[in-house]
Amino acid sequence: MSDTKTFVYINRKAPYGSIYALESLEVVLIGAAFEQDVKLVFMDDGVFQLTNNQDPESIGMKNFSKTYAALGDYDVNQIYIDQQSLEQRGLSLDDLQALVYEDEDDDWAEKSSIHLVNREELSEIIESADVLLNF
Amino acid sequence: MPLDVNGTNYETDEEGYLSNLSDWSPEVANALAASDDAELGENHWEVINFLREYYEEYQIAPAVRVLTKAIGKRLGKDKGNSKYLYELFPYGPAKQACKYAGLPKPTGCV
Repeated sequence: MSDTKTFVYINRKAPYGSIYALESLEVVLIGAAFEQDVKLVFMDDGVFQLTNNQDPESIGMKNFSKTYAALGDYDVNQIYIDQQSLEQRGLSLDDLQALVYEDEDDDWAEKSSIHLVNREELSEIIESADVLLNF
Repeated sequence: MPLDVNGTNYETDEEGYLSNLSDWSPEVANALAASDDAELGENHWEVINFLREYYEEYQIAPAVRVLTKAIGKRLGKDKGNSKYLYELFPYGPAKQACKYAGLPKPTGCV
């Protein structure tokens, strides 16, 4: 498709306490129907959105962190984690959920969608965007 | 508009989707279908049960494209295509099946 654009969604905020994380996820899922090139960046407190074992029910929120695992089904499989943000919060990739997709061009092999990036690689991703959305 | 199932009233939104996910039961599903003049057979239940499992795991109702692909994987290629699913759910597989499954309307569905 010639009119494919690169959409980069930057997620910077903690998952609960504001509506940004959930809204971003919904926009990504809706946008996925249009078969564009979609990249997700998680940086600053946004890295908390992907942490394992979230249990927000006691604050009256739905645990939408389970929904990130569906992104692979929606062909959203370019997920970039800012290494610096992760380290500053004492986290590593082991603290985040494993997000995978099935590669249609490789006999549906299951592959990881998650890529750890440094600030230089992050700049390139942002540079590659035709449409940049900041949440 | 409340839905009456054997004398119990269940709250629904203006399009007939259940307001509370926890109100769902197979009897409620049959009543929701009946209000659209539809009857649920075994093939409908396969899709409805699949949607409920998907929601349980991912907390969303899948878009129709995702549903079609996943049904194909689970139940075979002859069922994982829009023709089959539209025959079962003529108002749109994701939209109509989600309604009977007691789920919210799929994200991105108008």
